[in-house]
This record gives sequence, structure tokens and C-alpha cells, in this order.
Amino acid sequence: MNRLMSWRAPVLSLAFFLLLVGVWHALTLPKSAQQTVDSEYAALVGAAAATGQKSAFPAPAEVGAKIVEHLKEPFYDRGPNDKGIGIQLGYSVARVLLGYLLAALVAIPVGFLIGMSPTVYRALDPYIQVLKPISPLAWMPLALFTLKDSSVSAIFVIFICSLWPMLINTAFGVASVRREWLNVARTLEVGSVRTAFRVILPAAAPTIMTGMRISIGIAWLVIVAAEMLVGGTGIGYFVWNEWNNLSITNILTAILAIGVVGMLLDLMLARLTRLVTFPE
Amino acid sequence: MSSFKDPFDARTSLTRGCSCGRHTDEAAHQADLAGQTADSEMLGNRVVEAAVVRALFPHDATRRRFLNAVGASTALAAISTFFPLGAAKEAFAQSGRLEKTSLKVGFIPITCATPIIMSQPMGFYARQGLNVDVVKTAGWAVIRDKTINKEYDAAHMLSPMPLAISLGVGSSPIPYTMPAVENINGQAITLAIKHKDKRDPKSWKGFKFAVPFDYSMHNYLLRYFLAEHGLDPDRDVQIRSVPPPEMVANLRADNIDGFLAPDPVNQRAVYDGVGYIHTLTKDIWAGHPCCAFAASREFVTKLPNTYRALLKAIMEATAFASKPENRKQIAEAIAPANYLNQPVTVVEQVLTGTFADGLGNIRKEPNRIDFDPFPWHSFAIWIMTQMKRWGQLKGNVDYAKVAREVFLATDAMKLMKEVGMKPPATTTKKFSVMGKEFDPAKPEDYIASFAIKRT
Repeated sequence: MNRLMSWRAPVLSLAFFLLLVGVWHALTLPKSAQQTVDSEYAALVGAAAATGQKSAFPAPAEVGAKIVEHLKEPFYDRGPNDKGIGIQLGYSVARVLLGYLLAALVAIPVGFLIGMSPTVYRALDPYIQVLKPISPLAWMPLALFTLKDSSVSAIFVIFICSLWPMLINTAFGVASVRREWLNVARTLEVGSVRTAFRVILPAAAPTIMTGMRISIGIAWLVIVAAEMLVGGTGIGYFVWNEWNNLSITNILTAILAIGVVGMLLDLMLARLTRLVTFPE
Repeated sequence: MSSFKDPFDARTSLTRGCSCGRHTDEAAHQADLAGQTADSEMLGNRVVEAAVVRALFPHDATRRRFLNAVGASTALAAISTFFPLGAAKEAFAQSGRLEKTSLKVGFIPITCATPIIMSQPMGFYARQGLNVDVVKTAGWAVIRDKTINKEYDAAHMLSPMPLAISLGVGSSPIPYTMPAVENINGQAITLAIKHKDKRDPKSWKGFKFAVPFDYSMHNYLLRYFLAEHGLDPDRDVQIRSVPPPEMVANLRADNIDGFLAPDPVNQRAVYDGVGYIHTLTKDIWAGHPCCAFAASREFVTKLPNTYRALLKAIMEATAFASKPENRKQIAEAIAPANYLNQPVTVVEQVLTGTFADGLGNIRKEPNRIDFDPFPWHSFAIWIMTQMKRWGQLKGNVDYAKVAREVFLATDAMKLMKEVGMKPPATTTKKFSVMGKEFDPAKPEDYIASFAIKRT
């Protein structure tokens, strides 16, 4: 019985998948393939236009074939504007990690200081509250204008969007360490640096990690849009370039790849969070 | 005194024949020697020094007396103080040597950029000793910013853009230049297939149109076309700026009713069955300029040889592209994902001018797109009259001066001759747009003659 139960979820997942693909397939079945123009004209236009229709949404089989094609050769490099999907994802992940780590380097120490002092917390709170909801892409023109470099600007945008969740969560985690633990530390005459590292940091770690997990998710969301704007390299640029070619199959492949990488990044952070969680 | 002799040596022979006797004269002797011992750069320096000293002391006896009295090094130092010998030597040495060989040139994936793009796969850049990366860019504003930020050395722009940037319209003013027009003609008005029966422009009231950019020939030509048919482009229709790659998607989604766009966008709309080609822009103004090869004035003056080599590559490519028999080959070179990222047949139909019009007819218009690099000053003046007509440009404009500073016609003339094209003798000409003549000498009268305007 128990073994049967554990199979239920995957089977249901598979059923959903098949249903989705089935509906998709049914909706994209080619309509009447009656050619309405002469063959000389038909040679000059796409297959759909030759039958008097607009080009259709691709069927699941076409997308599947495209995915296989991309997986077969993910790292080809045919010049500055045509690189494999693996290379493009690599560029995006590198940008995200760089911006994200820089943000962590700033957000965690600053958050720590803010969290330790209620006065500073209250003084800086309005600024954080105003800066936090700004869409990171709104910074893009400003970054391009001042930093004068598009790849640095993209990293800056990642930096700024991953900064706030980490900062706020760190400050909150540090501020809400239980008073009893701090009192115990004081009774034992533990120095302030030692208190910070041995008491506050472990106690706030789960909250900090939660902030980091939120940040990486946002960073990955933003990089695609940022790369569509600045172009050059990255998965966002790939999507834009294929949109330019109106190639929905390639765009769907990219969407899937973006989802998978985003999931992997989130899983990584989830694992790390589990490492620092403690039972109360 | 020969150019190759040391001008600071008081004892060189003045008679013909060289000091070793093997050469016909001292110059040949020195040149031979220089070839063996020093490089041609030193020889170049010597020529400059000699020219300066000779100009200062045209008399041999006076020069010798002066050199003997003060010594060669003092003489050199003395001359250097009041004559920029170093700069003169540098200027002389520059002719020929490239200051920079690895360049980045930005482009938007449309057929207007054909000469810029094809020069890479077809080796026109390499022939000039340049290693150029052509980088696809997401939109006109980005290309402008990346060129201003010096990420790109030069770029593909719309021909009104260098004028707008130089005038500070829509951005802060930066001296910009346009040494070559990329293409002439090659645009079209495309309407959604559902408007198949609305061929008469008078029935277009309430339509939503897209153009690539506010400062584009497309915007001015569409406005002109609509206004000539009695529609006010600001009140009777809506014109918005949409990047070319997004146009077909928007037409498909019924967000817009049509567009005046660069190719391959028009042909792509036909290929995907979402639109039909209504009017080719060559029927609005035959031989109108569209896109341009542009660079900052700083690039032109700081890296003159690189600029010349780059421009020469573009000119050669343009000359090659202007021959109809080469067009198929070009289409194959620029269609792949690295460049335009379009089906070859779409690009080929645009370049050869034998195309499906979206209504079931095959049309043959060999000059649908053509390539002529000459930056006519009158083109610039026409563009500025339209900027003023539609209220983008306010106040008084010195049309001829701006045209001269931005459209580098003299450079184009020189290089066109070098690559075997025939440049025109003048830089301005009269032309007519939809049957109405434009006289570049009277821009203000031209603006005043329109009924629909925003001045």
C-alpha cells in the first residue's frame, strides 16, 4: 500500500504532462493543407502562407526535435552572434553569480550592522523601503549612462536586485535573535565579536539563507530581461535573437532551459538552507 | 640637398652621385642603407626633418654655417622648440599604418546593413588588414548608447540619427559623422492581411502604424506619404516606434495595422502570411537614403587610418553589392543565425527584387533595394526639413553647415574613386518626393509649402 502511495505523485505528474502535450498537439494540428497559390509563388513564402494562412504555433513534436538538436550540440560557437544554448546559459549564470555574490558581500555585513542597532534600523528603513520596490530594469538606462559598459551594467542590475531581500532578511534575522541567548552570552562574559559569530550568526543563519534564496530567484528572473535589453550574449539575448527570427520552437526551448536552470539554482540554495537550519 | 640625407650633417656632398659611389645619387645610397640597417620609419622621420630644415634654410651655405656654428643636436633642439617636428613625423608615419586593427561594429539585423554585415563573412574587412567583429544589437537606442560609450568603434545607424545626435535632438549633443550611406530604397509599407481590400490610403483613418525609430527615414517617409494623401499623421492615425524584429509579431497579434519598415521585416510578414506589401518606398522617393555607416568625430580624427581603412572596406562592399549579379551570393552570406537570422529565400527576395507581395503576385522590381554610398548633403537637408516640419527640431538651423559637418561627402568622394566607383561632382542635388521637387537651397520655403505640419 505504501509503495503504491509513493508512485502516485510521479504517475499523476506524467499524466498532467501527457494531457498538456496532447491538448497542445490537438490544437496545433495543421488545418486544411490546400495550396491556394501557384507553386512558383509558394516557393517564395512559408508553408502556411502558401495555403492562405498565417504561420502556426509549432507542434510539440517540432519543439521536441529542436530540443534534441540543441542538446546534441550545446556548446558550438559560430561567431559573435551565434553560439550554442549551453554557452549562452553559461554567460547568464556567470553574470548572475557575479552580481549575486557582490550583493551578498555588501548585503550581509551591512544587514548585520543594521540588525544589531535598532536606531540604525529605523533610520535606514525608509530608504530601503523606497529602493526595494524599484524594478531593477529601471536602473538599466542609468547604469548604461554612468557605467558606460553594457556587461558591467547587466551585472550591476543583478547586484541591485539581489541586494534588498538579502539585506532586509539579514537585518531582520539579526534583530530577532532571542534575547535570552544574548543574555546568556552576556552572563558568560563573551566578547562582542565572539557573540556576533558564535551566537547571532548561527541564530540568524536560516533567515539570512531565506533572503539569499529569494535573491537568487529574482536575479535569475531579471537576467533574462536585462540581456534582452543589452544584447550580445546570454540566454536572454538568445530569446531575443530567436524572436527576431520568429522562431517559436527555439524560444520554447530557451524557456524550458531557463526554467530548469532556475530550478537548479533554487535547489542549491535550498540544500544550503537545510545545512544551517537548527531545531528549536 | 636630398630628402634622405641627414639634414643635420654639415658635410654631406652636394654634388650628384653618392658617397660610396655605388649609387646614382646620395638618396639611393641612403635608402639602400636604410633598408638594410634601419626600418622605413626612420627614413620617414628623416624625410620630415629634411623637409623642415630645407624649408627653414633654403640656402645650402647658410644652413652649413648654422649647423657648424651650433652643432647638429642643438639645431635639432632649436628647431623642435618652434616647429612640432614630433607631430609632423607622426603625421607622416601614420599614412598607411593602422592605429587599431581589432574593431567592433554594431548592427541591427536588417538588410539595410548589408555592406556592414557582408564585409565580415566575405572578407572585405580582412582585405584592409582589419579584424572586425560585427555585433548584433537589440535596438537603435542601445546602438546609440554603445557607440557613445565607445564599446563600438563604428555602427550601423539610421541616416537621421547622426544628425539628431549632432544636433542634440533626443540625446545630449555629441559631434557625429556619417561618412557613407548604406543603402538607398529598400523599405516598404506593409499592411495586415485583413486590410487586403483597403488599398486606398484615404481609408486608413484610425490605423495604428509602426516605424523603427522616431529619428528614421521610415518615420519621415510614412508621415510624408500619409500627409500627401490628406491624413494628418499625428491626429488621424497613430504612429509608434517599434524595433524592427518585433514588428511582424505585433502585426500578427493585431496590435498594429501596418508598418513602414526596413527589410527583411516586410518580406518576412509575407513569408509568414500575416501581411502584404502595399508600397515600396522607392515609389515614394526613388533613390532615398535609409541607413548609414556612422562614427563619432573623435574616431575619425583620432584614428584616421583605421577610419579610412574601415570606410574603404565598406565602400568596396557597397560597390560589390550594387551589382545585381552578386546579390544571391550576398543573401546566402548574410542570412545565417550569426547575422540576419532569417530564411535565405526571404533575404534573397529582398536583395534580388523578385518577390512575393503577399497577395498572390510575384513582382519584379530589380531596384527594390540598391546600394550607393554617397552621402548627399541635400539628403541631410531634406531630413532636417522633416525634423522641423514635425516639430522634432525647433528654432533656426544652419542646414548647409550641419549637413557639411555630419555627412562627410569629401571623404566619400575620395574613397569612391579609389574603389572604382564614380562619385558625383557636386554634393547637393535637387530631387522630388512623390512628384514634389525639393530644392536644397531653399529649405524654409519647402517646409512652408506643406499644408500639414507642426511648426
